[in-house]
Amino acid sequence: MSPYLFYPLACLTIAGALGVVLNNNPVRSALSLVATLFLLAVYYIALQAHLVAALQIIVYAGAVMVLFLFVITLLNLSPDPADRTSPLFGAAALGSALLLAVVLGRALWATTLPGAANTPLPEGFGTTVVLARQLFSEYLVAFELTSILLLVAVVGAVVLAKRDPSPADMDAPAPGREA
Amino acid sequence: MEWLIAGVKCLLVILLVLQLSALMLWVERKGAALIQNRIGANRANLLGIFPVNLGFTNTLIADPVKMFTKEDYVPDGADKFIHSLAPFLALFPAIITFAAIPFGDTIELAGRSIELRAVGIDVGILYISATVAMGVYGVVLAGWASNNRWALLGSIRGTAQMISYELAMGLAVVSCVLLYGTLDLQDMVRQQGQMLFGWLPAWGVVYQQLAFILIFTAGMAESKRVPFDIPEAESELVAGYFTEYSGGKQASFMLADFAEVVMVAGLVTTLFFGGWQIPYLSSQGLALPGMAVITVSPLLVSLLQVAAFLVKVLFFCWLQVLVRWTVPRFRYDQLMNLGWKAMMPIALLNVFVTALAILLFGEVA
Amino acid sequence: MSADKPLTPNRDGADPLSEIMEIQMGPSHPASHGTVKFNLRLDGETIVNCDTEIGFLHRGFEKMCEQGTWTQAIPYTDRLNYASPLINNFIFCEAVERMCSVTVPERCSYLLVILSELARIADHLTCLGMGASEMGAVSAGFYMVEARELIYNLTARVTGARVTVSYGRVGGLRHDVPGGFADDVRACIAKVEQVLGDCEKLLERNRIFIGRMAGVAVMSKEEAMAYGLTGPLLRATGVAFDVRKAEPYMLYDRFDFEVPVGSKGDNFDRFSVRFEEMRQSIRIIEQALADLPGGPVSVDDPAVVLPDKSEVYGSIEGLMNHFKLVIEGIRVPEGEIYFSGEGANGELGFYLASDGSGRPYRVRVRPPSFYAMGALSRMIEGHTVADVIAVFGMVNMIGGECDR
Repeated sequence: MSPYLFYPLACLTIAGALGVVLNNNPVRSALSLVATLFLLAVYYIALQAHLVAALQIIVYAGAVMVLFLFVITLLNLSPDPADRTSPLFGAAALGSALLLAVVLGRALWATTLPGAANTPLPEGFGTTVVLARQLFSEYLVAFELTSILLLVAVVGAVVLAKRDPSPADMDAPAPGREA
Repeated sequence: MEWLIAGVKCLLVILLVLQLSALMLWVERKGAALIQNRIGANRANLLGIFPVNLGFTNTLIADPVKMFTKEDYVPDGADKFIHSLAPFLALFPAIITFAAIPFGDTIELAGRSIELRAVGIDVGILYISATVAMGVYGVVLAGWASNNRWALLGSIRGTAQMISYELAMGLAVVSCVLLYGTLDLQDMVRQQGQMLFGWLPAWGVVYQQLAFILIFTAGMAESKRVPFDIPEAESELVAGYFTEYSGGKQASFMLADFAEVVMVAGLVTTLFFGGWQIPYLSSQGLALPGMAVITVSPLLVSLLQVAAFLVKVLFFCWLQVLVRWTVPRFRYDQLMNLGWKAMMPIALLNVFVTALAILLFGEVA
Repeated sequence: MSADKPLTPNRDGADPLSEIMEIQMGPSHPASHGTVKFNLRLDGETIVNCDTEIGFLHRGFEKMCEQGTWTQAIPYTDRLNYASPLINNFIFCEAVERMCSVTVPERCSYLLVILSELARIADHLTCLGMGASEMGAVSAGFYMVEARELIYNLTARVTGARVTVSYGRVGGLRHDVPGGFADDVRACIAKVEQVLGDCEKLLERNRIFIGRMAGVAVMSKEEAMAYGLTGPLLRATGVAFDVRKAEPYMLYDRFDFEVPVGSKGDNFDRFSVRFEEMRQSIRIIEQALADLPGGPVSVDDPAVVLPDKSEVYGSIEGLMNHFKLVIEGIRVPEGEIYFSGEGANGELGFYLASDGSGRPYRVRVRPPSFYAMGALSRMIEGHTVADVIAVFGMVNMIGGECDR
């Protein structure tokens, strides 16, 4: 991946990720997350994983985040007041973030990832055919179990969404009829 | 050099979509006038000079100028940033969807073979699904950012409608994928160049009539056109989710609307009507059944194929205009019923039948 | 955005999933042609309650009539049901004529029938055309409006104006119809027939249209009668009440026509009833045109009808007659009358009270849309906001008539 592509994209992605946690407004936060996921999909394409990129956008950015946005826009939320957190909280957060960064950095530095540097990619890497073959032979059981799980989730969502209208609201007088 | 060619192709596609969308505005108005037995817009002209005086200067020049010079405002109490972002989020996916659609065969130019499509991605059809899914954001945010109850109603309806019909469209697309055995759109178009029984071009519609109807209908529902335009019209929501938009932002929404029309037309052409294929004409020459092959220069063939693609896309755009001005619109619950209880099961059934047929009769390729 | 302002606009309730949303489909709304305000309470998409507010077009018609003479009230009647102004004129004039015990000549009666039925067709074309176009079938709306144009052109030729005609007079008409009237009328009806045929294919058998209209806002016969509905709204429920048949006036008993009656009382029946009524009106017009007699068009009664201009400028009696009639008005004998005719929306009634002078003592209109608006909130309860458009379109509330 060309460095002219990588570094700008990386900056944008980090900006998006920071936007998620630093924004006061939950809608802007959600939008930053969408942007971050979209940029991750761009990375996948650059890494020759076209199918995963398309699925990332269809599923994550295109369905899950729409659901998030729906929920946020329908709820009555006020943005976080800026002075809610105490300095102790802030210090603890910063400290644990630094610790996490150090641990991850050491782990990544010490490992040699397969496929790093200039090892050539196997034939058909990332194409749908190869992925499908793996999915339906080696990982078939996991695939089928996941599909059952999804079905359960869909049925559960439909059951939860069915609610009875509360009778009290029906009998209230029409607006404009006071006095 | 590769970058230059890719850049030129992308620019070409973007320009194509934008110009077609602007043209669609005129086609819509004049088409409506034609169907309704009246003349339509014909007043604007430029200094009375022919050919700038032709009727369509009205919509190609005057309308955009009007829209972009109108006052641009953000309603009180609305989130300014998101209000300005929403039209862009609606327009952007509508334009980039066309990138995966091939508009011609691979041509040889100056010793280089250039594929005539903007993006050579091999999961072309999934890319289109992805960008269509992204188009939902414009709708969600537009209604919410307007600080207007009617707009919110419209955007909620619009979003629910779009994600429901994405499902039906996706399932119908699956049966096409089964038929051609590939996700790559250029491959699908190439496979439609074969002949059935020696004379019938093996276009997608010959095999998958039901999928064609489903994708066409679901596409119209995605772009929220009549009969599925309950989120934006019905004269009850004024303009639905983009009520509070004026000027350039409204122009963006309208442009996105027409860009989706063009996109649906392009998709249907590619999947079912042979894309850039002209029957009996290939790079070898004109091979009419029962006659000798007439050689035609490959460059001419490529140009003719691009022209054929444009003609087919324009035909389906016109068809959508025709449908729009003929039928009334669905009510919201009828629309959702249609999407979930009618189209989705039919699409699933179509997938099963296609799979069964492939099992019994073998693949097309 | 201020720090503590709630993000989701216009919502200040606890659980957004179960709250009742109050929304106003206000007077300036694209679908409320006729300026009416609906205060809706919605549960999700369903209307729980509706409070209808009318009166935005109240101009004091009844009070104004008391300020002028009987003839000066006629231009006001134009502006009642402005989709079919000729019907209003003629029913008012007929009521005054009955009080004066004056009978118009035959030719006038035939012309009244022809023009009334043309106005009825124009009204129904407007109602159905605009109703269909609000449903999204814009082209059908334009076809109907095209046919209506012919009727308006004819009206302009005959009366001088397209909408504010003021053509009827007590005792006759303002002037006779111009030459070529019969041919013009025949051309109109031919076009209307053609449009009806087209729109039948476009709408009456269209699955989407039927889905929008059938089963929506069902009213039973008893409910309709209890609300005082008349006209197409009542006939859609199955009650075959038409003033033209029940209490014939203006020679309607001489013509052979049917009264279309619905069966289910839903929106689609209201649509079909109006549609069929247009066909029946065409029948009446054809019969009337065939028998149109010659002769004078106003009754020869100097107490009621203005004399000829040659008399006015030529003789002193004509001048005095003209003067008295214009300044003092027609001296309608003391008494009161309630007379009703079949307007396009239902029974259009006038209650007139005279104190013997040339000015009305009291003019009261029985507007059919008023009672329809009373029933509207009952009709749309339980349906969705989208249905309000459909129902309101078929109820055909004309603001001028409802608010006067």
